[in-house]
Amino acid sequence: MTTPASLPATGQATAEPPRAPLPADLPEDGLLAVRDLTVRYGRRLGCAEVTFDLWPGEVLGIVGESGSGKTTLLNALTGRVAIDGGRRLYAVPADDGGGWVDLDTLSEPKRRLLMRRDWGIVHQHPRDGLRLAVSAGANIGEPLMALGARHYGDIRSQALGWLDKVEIAPERIDDLPRTFSGGMQQRLQIARNLVTGPRLVFMDEPTGGLDVSVQARLLDLVRGLVDEMGLAAVIVTHDLAVARLLAHRLMVMKEGRVVESGLTDQVLDDPHHPYTQLLVSSVLQV
Amino acid sequence: MSIPPNGPPTDPPTGPSLSARGLAKTFVLHTQGGVRLPVFSGLDLEVHPGSCLALNGPSGAGKSTLLRALYANYRPDAGQVLIRHDGALLDLTAAPPRRVLEVRRRTLGYVSQFLRVIPRVPALDIVAEPFARAGGTLAEGRDRAATLLRRLNVPERLWHVAPATFSGGEQQRVNIARSFIVDYPVLLLDEPTASLDAANRAVVVELIHQARARGAALVGIFHDREVRDAVADTTFELTAQRTAA
Amino acid sequence: MTMPAPTRASTPTSEGYNFAYLDEQTKRMIRRAILKAVAIPGYQVPFAGREMPLPYGWGTGGIQVTAAVIGPKDVLKVIDQGADDTTNAVSIRRFFARTAGVATTEATREATLIQTRHRIPELPLNERQILVYQVPIPEPLRWMEPRETETRKMHALEEYGVMHVKLYEDIARFGRIATSYNYPVRVDGRYLMSPSPTPKFDNPKMDRMAALQLFGAGREKRIYAVPPYTEVKSLDFDDHPFEVQSWDQPCALCGATDSYLDEVITDDRGGRMFVCSDTDHCRRRRDAQEEAAQ
Ligand SMILES: Nc1ncnc2c1ncn2[C@@H]1O[C@H](COP(=O)(O)OP(=O)(O)O)[C@@H](O)[C@H]1O
Ligand SMILES: Nc1ncnc2c1ncn2[C@@H]1O[C@H](COP(=O)(O)OP(=O)(O)O)[C@@H](O)[C@H]1O
Ligand SMILES: [Mg+2]
Ligand SMILES: [Mg+2]
Ligand SMILES: [Zn+2]
Repeated sequence: MTTPASLPATGQATAEPPRAPLPADLPEDGLLAVRDLTVRYGRRLGCAEVTFDLWPGEVLGIVGESGSGKTTLLNALTGRVAIDGGRRLYAVPADDGGGWVDLDTLSEPKRRLLMRRDWGIVHQHPRDGLRLAVSAGANIGEPLMALGARHYGDIRSQALGWLDKVEIAPERIDDLPRTFSGGMQQRLQIARNLVTGPRLVFMDEPTGGLDVSVQARLLDLVRGLVDEMGLAAVIVTHDLAVARLLAHRLMVMKEGRVVESGLTDQVLDDPHHPYTQLLVSSVLQV
Repeated sequence: MSIPPNGPPTDPPTGPSLSARGLAKTFVLHTQGGVRLPVFSGLDLEVHPGSCLALNGPSGAGKSTLLRALYANYRPDAGQVLIRHDGALLDLTAAPPRRVLEVRRRTLGYVSQFLRVIPRVPALDIVAEPFARAGGTLAEGRDRAATLLRRLNVPERLWHVAPATFSGGEQQRVNIARSFIVDYPVLLLDEPTASLDAANRAVVVELIHQARARGAALVGIFHDREVRDAVADTTFELTAQRTAA
Repeated sequence: MTMPAPTRASTPTSEGYNFAYLDEQTKRMIRRAILKAVAIPGYQVPFAGREMPLPYGWGTGGIQVTAAVIGPKDVLKVIDQGADDTTNAVSIRRFFARTAGVATTEATREATLIQTRHRIPELPLNERQILVYQVPIPEPLRWMEPRETETRKMHALEEYGVMHVKLYEDIARFGRIATSYNYPVRVDGRYLMSPSPTPKFDNPKMDRMAALQLFGAGREKRIYAVPPYTEVKSLDFDDHPFEVQSWDQPCALCGATDSYLDEVITDDRGGRMFVCSDTDHCRRRRDAQEEAAQ
């Protein structure tokens, strides 16, 4: 009765929407490929024609001022916002047959299973990413149970291990997250997202509502975990210092479009686009 | 590994470790009415294993800009930066970000003028980190870090503290240790001894000698003539260019 | 003493109702929902429920199901918490006696149709019998996920991990799975199902039961079913396997050690005793003991 954590073989004769041929330029060793992604809110543009590739272990920062379309892009990537154009392609792990799949023509069960198993989503507001009515331990354990874990002792010890990793005292394991500070809730959210060992994590302003001192601790933690687990990540932030610390590579967004991208230190130290120069010059030190 | 189409057709095993060809850099300051700041153009240089090239020139001549371009931190407008990485030549100006990062992890080191402090990370780990990233263990990295910090006279009581509160000289020594912990085949140094006393300057000179002895190629900016004479075997002159309207 | 014989009420439609109150069209509609429910064990089938002359919470869902399947030759038993004589059970029994003219009984073994709230009779049911449950909240995932669109998707994709969160919380808090009513089950290895607020003591009886089990939720207008001999498995953890309640004393009346016991307060000085919640079962045992003694 457990849900096996493996995907049905791809290419089965199921009633799926017809597949457009995969783009020709998909990198062989890539993880995520995005082509011309566009989201509209009525007549307003959310994000337009965003194209990029992401490799395993790579951290991509999306920067830009408020309203530039960062969250929209992230939500489009994770399927929380319907896209009006473009494609999202994901390279399934080798033990699932490997190869690229188009997330928008994949059947919903496969897509949901993939995302549950391979992806993590850390929301800007912990309340969107946590179950506030169940304990911290259950919050960490749930993704494991969703993938079929049925040994309470194992689940419990993994939850304890993760509390330790995110620097939450083990005796808080049975407390409700609503009794936690904002920083603790955010760390709990991170634990909940990483416990299943995903390949790709999405984070929207992970330090958004936190005090500066609390931010530093969280950043250090995220940086260490991403490094240690070799995670690929897409991190949205308006804070260039956060981007500098966490991201290998940056995309600068303005009015829904990517205006500049490159190695993080290149973009921040030698910005070319007028908007990026403005962005960089408007902060004292990043 | 790909060699860019306009790259060298052959890959001589005894060639330079790092070379720049036709390198040009002009800053365009959009926030200041589009002012153009040409720094250099048509610049060629090369450094061979075991040698140290000193960049000379007055302040503002573009020494740091060149060094950063060699590190792929600044993006030149034209030209190539060729580096020998894993036995083959790679043009850093055309390499995708993750390739550049890989080169920086194992082949190309850079001692910046100032340490960029990482919140909450103690000095010992800041120094050990590049070693671990280059493929070593963190434990061995910490051992090596301790050796280097001791050599650079950073008091042991500071090792387990994040360097945010260190003096300029202390921070710079942490910075130097961090870059010498990996035996990079190519190492770039931007005024590494600027805020150091004589004793620590001597340590840095010694570190550079050792690096050359193991076959590293170095490019450095040394404001201190004495240090420059002690470490460099060749020099490269930069002259300030006129600011174009 | 012998069991009371089934009592037959007077004329079927004496008070001007259609047989069993509901019109034929409504019954056909409910039967279609039931057939679908039987075909997809554990799956909640929506149906267009009718207003019944009883408030919700009085088993209107169960009553509609019963009305749709009952025939003139059926013998009806109605229990509430195991007892045939509570207000709720009595009024439902009377309702069908009046509107369908069927025979009613308190004896489990004589009934062909049993409507229940909160218990499954202790006597194993047989293939000729149908058990109809009154269900207040049919959706087992509701406590965690308020959105119906989302719970449907979770069922469709078998995303049931969240259900174990509840059991996890129990163990974390009480050291064991303390959920003792409405204990979630998986039907035929597929659908997660709420057994209605029966004690988990009764869950094993649902597994491969010979009788057809039908569930009616009046307020939420859902019907679901477990066909005869279908696997019904209670959720658990490998290291905290499913267990039923047990008592450290037998029934104070009949001495049964294997039945579900209710605590009964006997006086106002804290005196209490434990007796079978299934009143028919208890009485039958005592009758048998008396007979044997004679
Ligand atoms: N749900 C929505 N409905 C309508 N417009 C929206 C919605 N969400 C965002 N937008 C608009 O889309 C643009 C991009 O917003 P957003 O992606 O939230 O930017 P950011 O995360 O960079 O602040 C803005 O103009 C914003 O007002
Ligand atoms: N990131 C930058 N953006 C704009 N101008 C820069 C930048 N870095 C250096 N410059 C300019 O380039 C010129 C050369 O500076 P630099 O390379 O620091 O010289 P040096 O190291 O020889 O003193 C100076 O005019 C300096 O202002
Ligand atoms: Mg946003
Ligand atoms: Mg300089
Ligand atoms: Zn009894």
